[in-house]
Amino acid sequence: MSLLAISSLKKSFVSPDGARKGIVNVPEFSLAAGQQLALRGESGSGKTTFLHLIAGILTADSGMVRVGEREMTALSEHARDQLRAQSIGYIFQTFNLLQGYSCLENVLLGMAFGPGADHARATEMLERVGLGQRLHHRPRQLSTGQQQRVAVARALANHPKLVLADEPTGNLDRKNARESLTLIRETCRENGASLLLVSHDPEVLGAFEEVRDFAEINLALKEATP
Amino acid sequence: MTLALIVRRSLRQHTFSTAITALAIALAGGLLMSVWVVKEQAQKTFTQVNTGFDAVLGARSSKLQLVLNAIFHLEASPGNLALADYEYVKKHPAVKLAIPIAVGDNLRGFRMVGTLPAFLNEVEYTPGKKFALIAGQIFDPSAKEAVLGNFAARKLGLKVGDEFHPFHGLIYDEKAQHAETYRVVGVLAASNTPADKVVWIPLEGLQTMKGHDPKLATDVSAVLIQLRSPSAGFMLDMMYNKQGNRLTFAFPITAIIAELFQKIGWFDQVLTLVAYLVALVSAAGVLAAIYNSMASRRRDIAILRALGAGRFLLFGAIVIEAAVIGVIGMIVAFGIYAGIVSVVAAVIRAQTGVLIDAFAYSPIMLWAPLGMVGLCALCGLLPAWKAYQTDVAENLAPVS
Repeated sequence: MSLLAISSLKKSFVSPDGARKGIVNVPEFSLAAGQQLALRGESGSGKTTFLHLIAGILTADSGMVRVGEREMTALSEHARDQLRAQSIGYIFQTFNLLQGYSCLENVLLGMAFGPGADHARATEMLERVGLGQRLHHRPRQLSTGQQQRVAVARALANHPKLVLADEPTGNLDRKNARESLTLIRETCRENGASLLLVSHDPEVLGAFEEVRDFAEINLALKEATP
Repeated sequence: MTLALIVRRSLRQHTFSTAITALAIALAGGLLMSVWVVKEQAQKTFTQVNTGFDAVLGARSSKLQLVLNAIFHLEASPGNLALADYEYVKKHPAVKLAIPIAVGDNLRGFRMVGTLPAFLNEVEYTPGKKFALIAGQIFDPSAKEAVLGNFAARKLGLKVGDEFHPFHGLIYDEKAQHAETYRVVGVLAASNTPADKVVWIPLEGLQTMKGHDPKLATDVSAVLIQLRSPSAGFMLDMMYNKQGNRLTFAFPITAIIAELFQKIGWFDQVLTLVAYLVALVSAAGVLAAIYNSMASRRRDIAILRALGAGRFLLFGAIVIEAAVIGVIGMIVAFGIYAGIVSVVAAVIRAQTGVLIDAFAYSPIMLWAPLGMVGLCALCGLLPAWKAYQTDVAENLAPVS
């Protein structure tokens, strides 16, 4: 059985002119346990909405998302929060670190709502991403590349089954992007997590063995094209 | 642990507004507790002060003026009464003890009161307690000697053996110095009564001071009376106040003071109302401070929600944060309260000689902190509701 299974997933928003606009229409999609897949998609193609739907941050208009054995789309908001906290790690393009908290506290909070904060594990993850000497630094005291590494440590600290990465190298220079990507892939592999990464950067996509066009998966893009 | 961390970090991130709002809470809480305790303790203490007497007999005037003048050594004397009046009441079968006093002079603003030695060595100013001396002895009734109340001695800087010239009148005027020289022969131990701020001299000394009208040399200003029974007081009240029109019999002293507090009760109410309003405004400050910071908090809230934090947890975190500001404020409030009541108690002591127990336990010390913290938590509900409603996806921009 696949780790992530999606069928007939649809999401639309009301645009400023009042018309309802389909953003996501994915008839079928799946990801196996341990699989690493990159989705190629341009800006505004609905990639973030797609990831938000998988993570249960947004609710679908219709369709089904299953993570592991649990159907995300059938859960209450509270249960979705719990499932996300326990099973999903999310790496954002802008890192979304909590600026008022130390690196260690950011990672601890990534675990707190799931299996529970584990100081040793959080420290281990930060050491793994090369920030063992920066545990008590605040995000703004770190370079952009280091901030991304904290985000990686936070996403993987609670042993997620699935890691979602939304343009994770979009804010990094070429060297840092390469390093960061390697780190994400390695840590996912070490932790046995599946990785679903979305990007429009050819260099990032070129690093993956499996790459799919988001336009092929998301029919809403074809429907929107006149 | 997570909730505590979120609250702690949020307070730290908004240190300035936290400090300002907590200070406002502290001032409000301190003011509220001070007003309440001073009111409560002043009323309790003053209505118990009678310096060991049940009634005061004096010239026709209001009972309150008589009591303030003869017991608290405040206000002007309403006039004199003849020696015969004193002799008459002293021998009245209902009267256990009658001590005359004469006023009219001062020593650099401290009132000089002429009386008999019996006032200082026989009267229990409070049950079981007589005036005691920390130095010297009681004056000789026929000599130009003085015994200083404890507060007066400290403020005047006089000790046994020192000499001074009295000044005419109840208000200090350096040009009104009397020629007589008095010698300090004793200093009283603190009694925390109005007697502490008085310069006590023999009755005859004040009556015969040069410059006073020789025709009034035997008159007294008032007579302090101990009764054999309370019913005797009503009898004398009838005799002097209702059937006579020449003298006033102020009885019972405690009821007259209680009446004064009732008369000025509106003032307490205004002060209390102001304190409540300040409390309300300061709590509203907590609401405004947190509410105004919601725009900058939304991203953090969205991130926490994306990490799996539930809406209720973040709602609770905001309410707790507001309550913690209240707790911090009320801890500081106790310091402010201590400062205010210390000053007020010192002023009351300087003005009346009466020491109020400003740090006595009062239920307000429990319900003011509880009330303020509760009010702050209540004010946290609105920003907490905003946090509850935060749209996660919208605040996790950018979107790709």
